[in-house]
Amino acid sequence: MNELVVISGKGGTGKTSVVAALARLAGNSTLADCDVDAADLHLVLAPRLGEAQEFSGRSEAVIDADRCIGCGLCVEHCRFDALALDPPRVDPIACEGCGLCARICPVEALSMERVVNGRWWLSETDWGPFVHARLGIAEDNSGKLVTLVRHEARRVAQERSLGMILVDGAPGIGCPVIASLSGATMVLIVTEPTVAGRHDLGRVLDLVRHFRLPLAVCINKYDLSLEQTRAIEAQAEAAGALFVASVRYDPAVIGAMVEGKSVVDVTREGAAADLVELWKQVEGALGEVGCEVHNEEASSDRGE
Amino acid sequence: MRIAVASGKGGTGKTTVAVNLAWVAAQEGRRVQLLDCDVEEPDAALFLQPAVRDTLDVEVLIPSVDEEVCTHCGVCADVCAFRAIVTLPKAVLVFPELCHACGACALLCPRQAITEVPRRTGELRLGASGGLHVVTGVLDVGEAKAPPVIRAAKQHADEEADLVVIDAPPGTSCPVIESMRGVDLVVLVSEPTPFGLNDLRLAVEMVRALDLPLAVIANRSDVGGERLRDYCREEGIDIVLELPLDRRLAEVYAGAGIVAEQLPEYRKLFHGLLNRLEAQVTGGVA
Repeated sequence: MNELVVISGKGGTGKTSVVAALARLAGNSTLADCDVDAADLHLVLAPRLGEAQEFSGRSEAVIDADRCIGCGLCVEHCRFDALALDPPRVDPIACEGCGLCARICPVEALSMERVVNGRWWLSETDWGPFVHARLGIAEDNSGKLVTLVRHEARRVAQERSLGMILVDGAPGIGCPVIASLSGATMVLIVTEPTVAGRHDLGRVLDLVRHFRLPLAVCINKYDLSLEQTRAIEAQAEAAGALFVASVRYDPAVIGAMVEGKSVVDVTREGAAADLVELWKQVEGALGEVGCEVHNEEASSDRGE
Repeated sequence: MRIAVASGKGGTGKTTVAVNLAWVAAQEGRRVQLLDCDVEEPDAALFLQPAVRDTLDVEVLIPSVDEEVCTHCGVCADVCAFRAIVTLPKAVLVFPELCHACGACALLCPRQAITEVPRRTGELRLGASGGLHVVTGVLDVGEAKAPPVIRAAKQHADEEADLVVIDAPPGTSCPVIESMRGVDLVVLVSEPTPFGLNDLRLAVEMVRALDLPLAVIANRSDVGGERLRDYCREEGIDIVLELPLDRRLAEVYAGAGIVAEQLPEYRKLFHGLLNRLEAQVTGGVA
């Protein structure tokens, strides 16, 4: 089974629009949205929603004000400023669920309760099953939810004997991204020809190299600055990445998105032609690096 | 006045707004500081080019086990809610990247075999660009947790400043919350595409959960129709600035230029924004 993870470092480079196009061009694959913090892929896949499942990634301290004797031990030891007295209370947004307060409270006024902090779905699209999720607002532990989404995607792919998993990763380089990389067959980075895009690409290239994963780089809207595009090409090659077909700036991309579609649904010219070429090259590269994977699955799914 | 500039969706122009707002305020001779809390992808300094005068390590605490004293009783592993410490019959393993530095293992170890030691996860770069002070938080590549670096950056907030602009990370989870704590106003930068509006809804929910005042900036406001304006009207949220889809703006951005410096009509727009935000904050406090 091949698993292609699409990430971007910088936000807004067009990662999700690229995934939406690849989903259509790949045909019957398992799709997963690991950008659980600001999930958008569902907007362009017209999913038939499956039943919502609850996700619980942490516990939260709950205080029994009647039992509390106001000794302040919990307040003194909480590193997250999540507890206060007069009246005794817990700040649920600050609480990270470590449970220290419940262990040291001399009168057992504090206890830990599991909290539901996200939901996930197994939905169906015209291009294959789709696992997606939504982290609760102001929640922690997006890495755990990302890991859950990827596990479910693998389970579904196995059950239905689908050879390909296509993952929309998270922006940035922190916990949700790290959680979306473990065990990938190949990583595709979508960047943009700007100074900021180049800077962020440098950081995300370092991250992927850290994981020793096969890697391809694609520039979206490359013709907005050919100077930056050339610099990025050199940067990608120096990092040992495969530089795959770039996608031109084309208003049809946003036009299709506004309709809940991908540009490849409406045309095969312009950016759509570039995306077709991109998929051809990525598919070829996957064929070369694929099927020698899953080496790190057991050890690296600890990402949080 | 402390203003956080945030966005649910990435790439909507958050850094452009933060940089230009800080720049026009500094041009007026005010005491201004920009805190780049988008520590996974800190880009504001690319535009402002501050001369860095100091670089400080950001450290978090992780447990260190004294094997001479440890009896491998397993209490530390049992109390760790994050599975960052594991006891084997003859050794204790620590997984630093999972540790939240809650201190439970050190406090509860019956033999006091655990001390907490600092571990670097990022750095702060302190500098200035003209009169504009810039603090850039940078998460080390390979590190998972942004909030400690954000917290450190915010500890350097200038209490005397007329304006502190915080460039927050995208999204709606823990790093964003950390960036927004204690600000006077959150400005959400969005765009009228389906992605932009979807992510704005999430961001608005988040800001409301934190009980902070908010305003919206519509970027590329002439693309994608009325959905963003309609949404803001229904929710009673002010759109304090609209920026058009303008190729010149994109070009200045691509070369990491400051729009307000290079394009006079945008200087005027950002001045207007500054005045409007000030009015909103003062009005909100009164």
